[in-house]
Amino acid sequence: MSTEIDRQWTTRLRKTVVEKLPPDKLLPDTQPAYVASWIYVFGVTTLAALAIVILTGCVLAMKGPLWWHLSGTGHFVNSLHLWSVEIFFFAMVIHLWGKYFMAAWRGGRQLTWVTGVVLFLTSVGAGFTGYVSQTNYDSQWISTQAKDGINATGGGAIFNVLNLGQMLMWHIVLLPLAAVALTAVHVIYVRIKGVVPPFEEVK
Amino acid sequence: MAKKAFNPDVDAPVYKGKYAPYDIIKEGTIAVVVVALLTVVLAVLFSSPDEKAVTIKTWSNATPMDFVATAMTELDGTSGTATYGPPYNNAATGQQVGPLTLAKWMGINVNVNTANDFVVAPLSTLADQPALTTALTTFAGASSAQRASWEADYSKALGTGTFSGGTLQVSATNAGPVPVMMSALTAMARSGALDQALVTAKGFYTTDYTKPLLFMADGSFLANKAQAQHLSGDQWGMMNETGSYPGQAWLWLYTMWYQVPPFSTSWGANADALVWAFMMILTLLLALMPWIPGLRSIPRKVKIYRLIWREHYKNA
Repeated sequence: MSTEIDRQWTTRLRKTVVEKLPPDKLLPDTQPAYVASWIYVFGVTTLAALAIVILTGCVLAMKGPLWWHLSGTGHFVNSLHLWSVEIFFFAMVIHLWGKYFMAAWRGGRQLTWVTGVVLFLTSVGAGFTGYVSQTNYDSQWISTQAKDGINATGGGAIFNVLNLGQMLMWHIVLLPLAAVALTAVHVIYVRIKGVVPPFEEVK
Repeated sequence: MAKKAFNPDVDAPVYKGKYAPYDIIKEGTIAVVVVALLTVVLAVLFSSPDEKAVTIKTWSNATPMDFVATAMTELDGTSGTATYGPPYNNAATGQQVGPLTLAKWMGINVNVNTANDFVVAPLSTLADQPALTTALTTFAGASSAQRASWEADYSKALGTGTFSGGTLQVSATNAGPVPVMMSALTAMARSGALDQALVTAKGFYTTDYTKPLLFMADGSFLANKAQAQHLSGDQWGMMNETGSYPGQAWLWLYTMWYQVPPFSTSWGANADALVWAFMMILTLLLALMPWIPGLRSIPRKVKIYRLIWREHYKNA
């Protein structure tokens, strides 16, 4: 018979978490031998690049949106931010294609795949809002061009790409929060289910 | 209940092979250090582009006649923004996907009245100009037919108009108050005051540049600059940035559709809506790949996985 403590939400959550993701799954010290290819590097590279993107973004945020136009240091931090974003997307796209060709959704890993695709879209949004928040000619041109695409979908009524304040908030608050949360879910799914095994080949 | 048959595109075999040591924390740390170093190298070697923003001041000083011609289209309601439709105004239906008028359904939430917001209201902020005040009063009191007649007369004369010595010369004889208004607006633009007036219409603090951006996008200056830098829509512009930087290369598929028929030809009028609709379908297919028979079998059939797991199959 379950006690009152067993029925508590906290107890039930802890038991579920420990059961689904025991410490040796969360922080494994071995991997199946088939996890031996360069393609596996691109997932962790994406994560590492995301960390650098966030770090450099935080430095830019500390000094405000115009700092990088006025200071050499600011411009350098902006360059770090830009190139970490380029590495991030490069690694993520290769990771995505690699996972496709491994059919990595097999064995109950469908949600890992779906969260990955949603993460890719979130990142595209985060990149785009960054480009239109640069407060320079690029942001003027990209926003005045992109408005037509978004307006055509009806999205322009709630998402005005010409409104710097709105775009900057999406870029530095909403989309990073979504990206980090989704990354956490994605990585947790990977840890729970493990790396997809190779196809079984009939001899 | 009978056990479901094994589907190689849905189910994964149970792995009973060997395990190898794996230090996840060390791997993560090395990845961060390597990516950080690579980022620094790329930033030092290539920096990042930062072309100064264009202002209405720079535009009206560089090409004053283009500015005046654009301002006239804002006043007479023929500019790109004035005829845009939702979300700015109800001058048009907006783009459609077949019978679906998505933009219209979402409504006008970023209200822009070009004649008032871009011309009349900024001019009204100028103090101590009796001739302008009289002109604005005359314009405000005129019927729309009268205004249209003045505007048509001025627009016609603009073709032979000139700007020299800081003065706008347009020989319109039946344009009523319009010449005074246009001269004042040009002077205001060239001084930088119009840039300010357009963003501070709602108060001192501002983070919204919708109006000056729309105004500038209606003229040729912004677009000519983009054309020179190979940034136009038909030059894969939306994914590029100034200089030789990779830009948003990940938008290649989205941008590609704008370059190819029928999006670039017969579907041109609704190209944005149709490209978006098409991309939504492709995105859904990608997201739902694990459940789509046929598509989910491609990886097993093309056998690229043999390259990835070649060690595994060699040892099997």
